[in-house]
Amino acid sequence: MRKFISMAVALTAGLVLAAGAPVAHAAEKLKIGFIYVGPVGDFGWSYQHDQGRKAVEKEFGDKVETTFVENVQEGPDAERVIEQLVRAGNTLIFTTSFGFMEPTLKVAKRHPKVMFEHATGYKREKNVATYNAKFHEGRYILGQIAAKVSKTGTVGYIASVPIPEVIAGIDSFMLGAQSVNPNLKIKIVWVNGWFDPAKEADAAKALIDQGADVIAQHTDSPAAMQAAEARGVKAFGQSSNMITFGPKAQLTSIVDNWAPYYIERVKLALDGKWTSTDTWGGLKDGEVQMAPYTNMPDDVKKMAEDTEEAIKSGKLHPFKGPIYKQDGTLVVKEGEVLADKDILSLNWYVKGIDDKVPGQ
Amino acid sequence: MPEFTILGAVLASIVAAATPLLLAALGELVAERGGTLNLGVEGMMIVGAAVGYATAYGSGSLLLGTAAAVAAGVLLSLVFAGLAIWLAANQVASGLATTILGLGIAGLIGSPFVGTRLDAAPTLHIPGLTSLPVIGEMVFGQDAFVYASLVLLAAVGYGLARTRAGLVLRAVGESHAAAHALGHPVRRIRTLAVMFGGACAGLAGAHLSLAYTPFWASDMTAGRGWIALALVVFSAWKPLWLLAGAYLFGAVSILQLHVQGFGLGIPAQFLSALPYLATVIALVIISLLKRGQGAPASLGMPFIPDR
Repeated sequence: MRKFISMAVALTAGLVLAAGAPVAHAAEKLKIGFIYVGPVGDFGWSYQHDQGRKAVEKEFGDKVETTFVENVQEGPDAERVIEQLVRAGNTLIFTTSFGFMEPTLKVAKRHPKVMFEHATGYKREKNVATYNAKFHEGRYILGQIAAKVSKTGTVGYIASVPIPEVIAGIDSFMLGAQSVNPNLKIKIVWVNGWFDPAKEADAAKALIDQGADVIAQHTDSPAAMQAAEARGVKAFGQSSNMITFGPKAQLTSIVDNWAPYYIERVKLALDGKWTSTDTWGGLKDGEVQMAPYTNMPDDVKKMAEDTEEAIKSGKLHPFKGPIYKQDGTLVVKEGEVLADKDILSLNWYVKGIDDKVPGQ
Repeated sequence: MPEFTILGAVLASIVAAATPLLLAALGELVAERGGTLNLGVEGMMIVGAAVGYATAYGSGSLLLGTAAAVAAGVLLSLVFAGLAIWLAANQVASGLATTILGLGIAGLIGSPFVGTRLDAAPTLHIPGLTSLPVIGEMVFGQDAFVYASLVLLAAVGYGLARTRAGLVLRAVGESHAAAHALGHPVRRIRTLAVMFGGACAGLAGAHLSLAYTPFWASDMTAGRGWIALALVVFSAWKPLWLLAGAYLFGAVSILQLHVQGFGLGIPAQFLSALPYLATVIALVIISLLKRGQGAPASLGMPFIPDR
């Protein structure tokens, strides 16, 4: 009899192992790992992902246990860190930067039972899902506001590194601006990095000295906002609501909000219904949020809110035709929109930007 | 006259951008003239930035924050001195360890302050003088850190060249055995020089987190400590050359932003590399001009007194 019991136990255990489905047992905690490319204290990209992690903890309480590793270099080091998270028993792992794509896939191959979520990438596997946010939707609204608010007719744009997401952001900003004032001029300064507050402040000052009276940024620190506040011009925040840093300067801010997505995915994992998907949420899904519209006249605020509504309802697409490249070629015809895959690989400026994409 | 206004603003930005580099490099120059290579500048700087911000935020006093930043820089430099000078450990390894330790400690100290801000240290306006065209803003519209960096530079220049203490320090850096034979306490003198380096690095950190971008963010020094180290070599260990190097570096980094803003179509990646390129070229020219007048002879060598 005893033999039978031990055999039964072994069999059951074997079955569970063989089935190996990523099902979390009700009694067990789901262990979730996060890796960040920057410090959680950047008040930008990694900070917002960490806010998402905290939201998951709050939502599910003691049903989950989360761990994070910050400041992880993109590349081989990332593979080691992800592997460690797996060995520590995490069965759902969020890797939150583009450069973690290959390391995530490698580790995922070795551990088919662990669920992976990779942010901003495009390669998926059965156990690797991808997710991203349509930040360019918010940038269209910024462009419209900038065109209305600017008195000098020149806006400054601090860009990080010339990857499609950043270039698409500039284009979307400009298309929004041109829908209000076709003659608005944009000055673009690249700082070639995501995080160097003093350099970002220098870039903002340089743009203001050259006559820009509205500053937009695609870098992660509030330095540019603070510089704008000190010089008495207007600015847009990035990643987080930066109103504390520019109470008189901030017009609005594009806020990354990963919480709804993270909560949804964790819930699916807890219910055993997790599958690999590709999610690209925007304003409608709440992944991209606009900080309150401040420091602008009521009619501008109204316009911004209307545009936000129109994008949410699908009535307005930032990349709707006609769209011309700088050399005048028509890329998107009247009545059509730029396909998602083309936005994700965008590497050209729209007509009206008086500058060159770096390296082209 | 808009051209004048923009020129003045550009010059003012250059001086401001060069100041943290000048401060940190000045301290390292003194440490190296005494024969100790401290690669922990970045770490001491970031700890200064974090402690300075935390103290100023908590107490509401920028002066207290600055003092705390200096003290924190000194404290961390003592960790380095203990390892590299008193235990005669490898200076490169000790310095790297100091930087890594500093980045970690600073992140820990700063974490409760993420997302908060301070009012920037005020710029000192002198009625009449600040409104002078072009140079008014550059010379008379800066914050106290900028003036402090210049006063310190003058003091270090004078001290090294004209005082007995400076002479002894240089002797320790050139030949610690000879200085020891003359009865000078080599390790104590080196420790003091390293502490001065720590104080200057802490002050440079405070300039960033209290005046330049008055908030706290992890890693906000973004490699400036390493540039300061390079500037010391660039200057051939001479304070006046250091001033030239820091301001050249500041000038190229500010001007490349302006060139981009004017949209001249020069690739941004090239422009971003320009400050480093300019430094390398200047380094080559200097080493060609001043052959043989290089580093202090005992630089990087630990001293173990024979009993």
